[in-house]
Amino acid sequence: MFNDSLKQLSERLANRAISSVELTTEFLRRIGKLNPQYNAFITVNEEKSLAQARRADQKIAAGEIGPLTGIPIAQKDIFCAKGWLTTCGSKMLSNFVSPYDADVIERFNQAGAINIGKTNMDEFAMGSSNETSYFGPVRNPWDAVAVPGGSSGGSACAVAARMAPAATGTDTGGSIRQPAALCGISGIKPTYGTVSRYGMIAFASSLDQGGPMAKSAEDLALMLNVMTGFDERDSTSLQREKEDYARDLSRPLSGLRIGLPREYFAKGMSSDVEKAIEQALDEYRRLGAETVEVSLPNSSLSIPVYYVLAPAEASSNLSRFDGVRYGYRAQVFQDLAEMYRNTRAEGFGAEVKRRILIGTYVLSHGYYDAYYIKAQKLRRLIAQDFKNAFKQCDVIMGPTTPAVAFDLGEKSSDPIQMYLSDIYTSAANLAGLPGMSIPVGFGDKMRPVGLHIIGDYFSEARMLNIAHQYQLITDWHQRAPNL
Amino acid sequence: MTLSINDVKQVAGLAYIKVSEEEAEAALSQLSGIFKLIETMQAVDTSHVEPMSHAQDLVQRLREDKVTESDQRDLCQSIAPQVENGLYLVPKVIE
Repeated sequence: MFNDSLKQLSERLANRAISSVELTTEFLRRIGKLNPQYNAFITVNEEKSLAQARRADQKIAAGEIGPLTGIPIAQKDIFCAKGWLTTCGSKMLSNFVSPYDADVIERFNQAGAINIGKTNMDEFAMGSSNETSYFGPVRNPWDAVAVPGGSSGGSACAVAARMAPAATGTDTGGSIRQPAALCGISGIKPTYGTVSRYGMIAFASSLDQGGPMAKSAEDLALMLNVMTGFDERDSTSLQREKEDYARDLSRPLSGLRIGLPREYFAKGMSSDVEKAIEQALDEYRRLGAETVEVSLPNSSLSIPVYYVLAPAEASSNLSRFDGVRYGYRAQVFQDLAEMYRNTRAEGFGAEVKRRILIGTYVLSHGYYDAYYIKAQKLRRLIAQDFKNAFKQCDVIMGPTTPAVAFDLGEKSSDPIQMYLSDIYTSAANLAGLPGMSIPVGFGDKMRPVGLHIIGDYFSEARMLNIAHQYQLITDWHQRAPNL
Repeated sequence: MTLSINDVKQVAGLAYIKVSEEEAEAALSQLSGIFKLIETMQAVDTSHVEPMSHAQDLVQRLREDKVTESDQRDLCQSIAPQVENGLYLVPKVIE
């Protein structure tokens, strides 16, 4: 049952082979057993989850069953959920019980899904290893000495370890795709503006995008069907027709043109990752796709550009945490200014402070043009590169990460090495393009390898189709660690 | 560009984050490394490129100027560090 797809679980619920209360109880038990070691969840609330499950069972009894009704879903602790502790992985929000629901949470509630718990994450989504969480690191279920990736490391771990059938994540520079790759699961960051940011605690607003993490592309499609849609409360939410992301799953791939950016295959990728990626590309050729070389000449600039723009936006967004209206407040201070300074010094961790300092600096008088505007100009060149590449191909493929999961502590004292984990992923955020990662095998130490798929704007259904066809002829996505 | 310890302290002041002498020293060495990476941007000529501030070229949506939210002051203040008579309490700012 823990390996069942969302469709299989829904069928079991529909034909009354199991109730939502039973299903939820099973997953809560598994969390109870595995979470002490893996630390994937910050908050589990049995009472709340089971209350939702009872309501779902009533709906099912009344014949009102949708694709996710009664199914437990893990929620990244960046999504505000009414009455739930919502910490964003930070001491700053360690006491924050949200008074409202994020749009994403509302949509899952509406769909009758069960919130099975709030997952651990890098503090304010700033990190690539889940080691910056105030609530301690998450461990990789394939190898407990390895990191799960980040920032949605708890969600990736929860799905990989089968503590939840599916989960939500957010992706500002790779935070869905990188942990999905390192934990051997599937994850998609849709086109910017597709999933509402309302109630999703802001990191870098022009880059942040929510998305699902699950075992398969088919499950991702069902999750996206629930998560997406116009929301007037998010000023960048796109007014588009609601679409069915599962509509193209069974389309054959013959004639598909896969672009391989020469910059991604040139250097930097470790040989074990390269081997798995090449094998995956061979499978695609067998499926009828052809591969063409494309170029993204400015791709080496995506990390420097990202580390100007994301901290700049973060320094502004995080100015709201001042100890006045909610969250942590320092105990000792003489005046208001010192209350702010001490609250923020004590409430934020080292990586968050580092990024606020970078952001404040690049936005400050005298440096704004040299850094912030410069980075915005390069952002356009990076977006333009993709536009040019998509003239020659339908999707772009490459590795999600340069190497398999690294060990806990291996990069935590070297921010630059950590930042380079997102070398292949952050460009999609800068351009606003959809990106996904699917498992395509194992590298060194039997740690998972992820294939990165970048599509043109609004091509999620096609990307899911491309991933699904691969998953029909391979079984990497069905592999689970033996826990 | 070279960062100095005073730059770090000044930026921390602007960001309202208290830093000790040791923290400022540690931040200086890490930020210097990060800015070295950031400096690689300067090698590209962008004189004819328009800045891109956003992933989508959107026009800001407008809405009617009418009240849509209900009053939830008590609920929102129930999670505040310190409130009194419906007001948020902070240290005295006016003598």
